[in-house]
Amino acid sequence: MIELKDVKKEYSKGIAALNGINLKINQGEFVFIVGDSGSGKSTLISLIMKEIDPTSGTIVVNGQNLNRMKHRKIPMYRRGIGVVFQDFRLLKDRNIYENIAFAQRVTETSSRVIKKKVPAALSLVGLAQKYKSYPKELSGGEQQRVAIARAIVNEPAILLADEPTGNLDPTNSWEIMKLLEEANDRGTTVLVVTHNQEIVNEMKKRVITMKKGVIVSDEKKGGYKHEN
Amino acid sequence: MKISTFGYSMRQGVKNIGRNKMFSIASVATMAACIFLFGLFYAIVVNFNYIVEKAEKGVAITVFFNEDATQAQKDAIGTKLKDTDGVLSVNYISSDEAWDNFQGDYFGESAELAEGFKSDNPLANSDNYEVYMDDVAKQKDVVDFALGLEGVRKVNKSDIVAKTLTSVNRLVGYVSIAIIIILLAVSVFLISNTVTMGVTVRREEIAIMKYIGAKDGFVRAPFIFEGLIIGFIGAVIPLVLLYFMYEKAIQYVMTRFSLLKNIIDFLPVIDVYRTLLPVGLALGVGIGFIGSFFTIRKHLRV
Repeated sequence: MIELKDVKKEYSKGIAALNGINLKINQGEFVFIVGDSGSGKSTLISLIMKEIDPTSGTIVVNGQNLNRMKHRKIPMYRRGIGVVFQDFRLLKDRNIYENIAFAQRVTETSSRVIKKKVPAALSLVGLAQKYKSYPKELSGGEQQRVAIARAIVNEPAILLADEPTGNLDPTNSWEIMKLLEEANDRGTTVLVVTHNQEIVNEMKKRVITMKKGVIVSDEKKGGYKHEN
Repeated sequence: MKISTFGYSMRQGVKNIGRNKMFSIASVATMAACIFLFGLFYAIVVNFNYIVEKAEKGVAITVFFNEDATQAQKDAIGTKLKDTDGVLSVNYISSDEAWDNFQGDYFGESAELAEGFKSDNPLANSDNYEVYMDDVAKQKDVVDFALGLEGVRKVNKSDIVAKTLTSVNRLVGYVSIAIIIILLAVSVFLISNTVTMGVTVRREEIAIMKYIGAKDGFVRAPFIFEGLIIGFIGAVIPLVLLYFMYEKAIQYVMTRFSLLKNIIDFLPVIDVYRTLLPVGLALGVGIGFIGSFFTIRKHLRV
């Protein structure tokens, strides 16, 4: 599903953000990627999203070699990946329904399908009643749930969550993790980048720990401890 | 692009205009000013050309014959002149007609002053051909040709009128091209600025679109529609304004300066708009398209 071989990424000559990463994530896995700031987590996500290209090494996602992917093929590739951000990134001038429908319009889905899928996605995250609300009328937890609905509405094979609980209190954080776990139960491969020690340790999932651009541990049912 | 996506992009284009109201209004106003100036200039140029063309056709050379020239020689000269390139028409003016014309021009209403010449035509040997040309620039060639014909005594020509008309015509042409190029450049720059503002305001939305998997065309389409709509509105407003102003202006000139009625003839508004309308609209929409298309291409390498 996701495979990185000897991946190196240098932003400026001699300073490596990632240094020889070898990683394999299989279909249907739930994986935490943990590490302190500057460990290379965000670079890893950017490489998988094909926002940036590696300096060397190979990345294969969903059977597609990203090194050889042409610019015009990137949109189709990204449609197979749902993405959730720490700051939600909802469109403030559109209501909840329109925010989720937007993800489908972008992929040129027909209006008939949009009318069916958007309410279904909202139901999955428990916000069916609030479809007319605007982002500013919702709590942080609710906004992140909308972001998850937007990420899963196109039924992606992979769900990337970059610090999804970073702006949330513990109760909301757990609700978000529950939604991600449910998506994983439906067969979606879930990759969560987080600093949240409690959640990582409690959920007993695969944990990849990064430090200074390299993977220092990869445990099947791992844990995480901040190094301060 | 699917029809529903097309409709969505168009609606977003309209919404973009609403979101950046001030910039959109500024762009429409500047575009309207540019197209207005273009239209105004065009109306002046086509009318000037029309007047010059009419004046050119009124400029004639006069070919006089040798005193001993026979009628057969005069006829031959007439035929050769008619067959010459650039000659529109050749009119034979007899000595009597020449004298009548002279009296009309010179004595006007005091015809009694010419009474003394009643039985003695002072222009007895002044029968001639009036030769009209389709282009005054050809006058020199026709004069040279006429002077080379057997039986021709002299050729009167109006070099100054011909040269002035030709050079004024050329000058107006160059100036109009220069002004139009400057106006187009200003308009493209303004549309580009508006679209850049739109892109800046919507940078986050564009980034989300790209993350979700929007194709470049999908991201660009609303901005291009925005440019097209601004261009279209910016063209329609001045074209409508000019239409009514043109008619009013001609009415005003003709009533205020009634003397001009006999000298100058303006083109009817329909004749001006037959070209101005499609060209003005194409310019507005074209500038809108070019301005937005290239700007969005520059900004959207996500």
